[in-house]
Amino acid sequence: MPVISYIDAITEAMRDEMERDKSVFILGEDVGVRGGVFRATNGLIDLYGEDRVLDTPLTESAIVGVGIGAAAYGLRPIAEIQFADFIMPAVNQIISEAAKMRYRSNGTFQCPMVIRAPYGGGIHGALYHSQSVEALFTGVPGLKIVAPSTPYDVKGLLLSSIRDNDPVLFFEHKKLYRLIKDEVPSESYTVPIGKADVKREGSDVTVITYGLMVHYTLEAAKKLEEEGIDVHVLDLRTLIPLDKEAVLEATKRTGKVLIVHEDNKTSGFGAEVAAVIAEEAFFDLDAPIGRLCSPDVPSMPYNSKLEKAFMLNPEKIATAIRELAEL
Amino acid sequence: MTIDIVMPQLGESVTEGTISRWLKKPGDPVEEYEPICEVETDKVNTEIPSLYNGVMGQILAKEGQAIAVGEIICQLEIANETHFEVTNKEAQLTQVKETNLSDDTTSMKHRYSPAVLRLAEENKIDLRTLSGSGKGGRITRKDVLKAVETKSTKSVEPAKQQVITPVENTKKESQTFPSEILVEDKVVPVSGIRRTIAERMVKSKTEIPHAWTMMEADVSGLVALRNKYKHEFASNGIPLTFMPFFIKAAVDTLREFPYVNSIWGRDKIILKKDINISVAIAADNGLYVPVIHQADEKNIFGIARSLQHLIHKTRNGSLGLADTQGGTFTVNNTGSFGSIASQPIINQPQVAILSFESIVKKPVVIEDMIAIRQRMNLCLSLDHRVLDGVTAGQFLGRVKERLETYQANTPL
Repeated sequence: MPVISYIDAITEAMRDEMERDKSVFILGEDVGVRGGVFRATNGLIDLYGEDRVLDTPLTESAIVGVGIGAAAYGLRPIAEIQFADFIMPAVNQIISEAAKMRYRSNGTFQCPMVIRAPYGGGIHGALYHSQSVEALFTGVPGLKIVAPSTPYDVKGLLLSSIRDNDPVLFFEHKKLYRLIKDEVPSESYTVPIGKADVKREGSDVTVITYGLMVHYTLEAAKKLEEEGIDVHVLDLRTLIPLDKEAVLEATKRTGKVLIVHEDNKTSGFGAEVAAVIAEEAFFDLDAPIGRLCSPDVPSMPYNSKLEKAFMLNPEKIATAIRELAEL
Repeated sequence: MTIDIVMPQLGESVTEGTISRWLKKPGDPVEEYEPICEVETDKVNTEIPSLYNGVMGQILAKEGQAIAVGEIICQLEIANETHFEVTNKEAQLTQVKETNLSDDTTSMKHRYSPAVLRLAEENKIDLRTLSGSGKGGRITRKDVLKAVETKSTKSVEPAKQQVITPVENTKKESQTFPSEILVEDKVVPVSGIRRTIAERMVKSKTEIPHAWTMMEADVSGLVALRNKYKHEFASNGIPLTFMPFFIKAAVDTLREFPYVNSIWGRDKIILKKDINISVAIAADNGLYVPVIHQADEKNIFGIARSLQHLIHKTRNGSLGLADTQGGTFTVNNTGSFGSIASQPIINQPQVAILSFESIVKKPVVIEDMIAIRQRMNLCLSLDHRVLDGVTAGQFLGRVKERLETYQANTPL
């Protein structure tokens, strides 16, 4: 099985699906000739032509709006938002139109669109190239929100998202693009939306996380193993719909839950996960639910020392797990 | 801040105490050194004072419930400021308190998580029997799961299950006699003091191989002497009974027979230097055995005064713990209620107990003549592990001799 990077897995998924399904097309800033600023759509314009790989103006509302129209017409658009930070002009289209299309048309129209958005920091991207924006959307019914952490998951989930008949916000942590390589089958396969994945079995503390933090947590877990602390790691993979069953099951495994995400703490997605656990697994809890998140400051600092202070890392995660384990 | 108040160690051999009465209710303000409850132990009522200013919290021990030393009996809510006030007041003492307070061991031991409570309930685990591996001694979910596992292994091997049954229970159960209670029968619950007496008597009588001996003494001289002095003593506020003479005779003889003033220590016999005489005193609710300490340093008057003091304290229920501890030998004035012979039970860990019986006028043969004399029986129970008949006989003989040397003209 070939070992490929996270971003190559994304490219592979789009290429395979465009090959298989003629209704799939890509639109976004610099996705065509340039092949995307992160090179996610590299070479696709050569394979499928500029009618299916559209370079758009710097207008996110149009990228999403055109996508919604095309989806309603029966196509399957993949809209790329160059950085998740730039999604703001498109929020009205996403929330008011895409999310509500099926509901307000009583099922007459649907919106089978994927909006890909690289998010997250730790890449020296400063204020407008580092944000995590998932929590802005997790409370909006009608959207599916996916945030895979591995090349295998990202390919399988992107295929599922393209084939899904409702709008999917597909968040790719940009630091993962070339950091993580994995064995990925070259043929097409899907990973179901709404299914979390146990990335590590353990008995002392459960960490529930997603994205880049999955890898930081696994690193922390490896270190803690030497101290005799056995960490259970659940990768949510999909935020909405949340795999409650997996969350509750992981909670029951240890009774001690730490939720880790790079997004800031207040009203971050961890708050929802914590609430679900408190509501449905209270009698399995052996310790207060912990949340380890970025601080509530407006955005990622540019100064590298401050960026380091802002970002979570394996050491910070290990400390938080250790505290829970010793409780 | 919540502080756990535990059953204090109230004497060397005391392993548990019974709360006889709570003096404070939850919510009552409590001042430092103010008594919060009364505890019965070792035949004595004592009060437990609060070490802090605060407000009475949850009461965990019921009245009449026996609590092992170190077990939590109640909680006290104290304000942090109060604590600091104390800190400034007594720097050194507080240091000890501070470590106690910041010591998480007590603070987290009874903080049970939802998972712990649920698992304990489902599996019928008594959390008080577990020790916590978590921070501050907290019982974790894993601790309970481990206990569940051990429990299920144990129930497979019934032989082992006995190990976890507290000895206390089996002991108590063997004492419960199933007996028929008829409608007109009156049922009296066993009081704390009565239970203590019962347990100690059973322990002594079953553990100690009791031997018994009796001698008769001629106390005609003593009777004359006592009659001569009793008005003089009474005018000083001290009633002069025969008891101080009996005690004095016993004390002086114990000096000569250190083994009678000893304690059985299984692999050793401890010959006590001090002669502290336990005196059996009956009160309305039971029998108390307070102690005249260093009785060998007291004369008749001193003994009489100590005795009066102890009787007074016993009758009004104000005996302190110190009043009942450290006895090395017990005397018992059974004659006061007309007995002429008795077989007393030894007051553990002592090795002998001496009863002075009724003084009775009797015709006796003295130098082939019949005379009417004041006679009294001396009854001695002895621990045959420590004492042999010879020692006991010699001891009792010397007590008898001492009592017989008193004459009306003996100077006091």
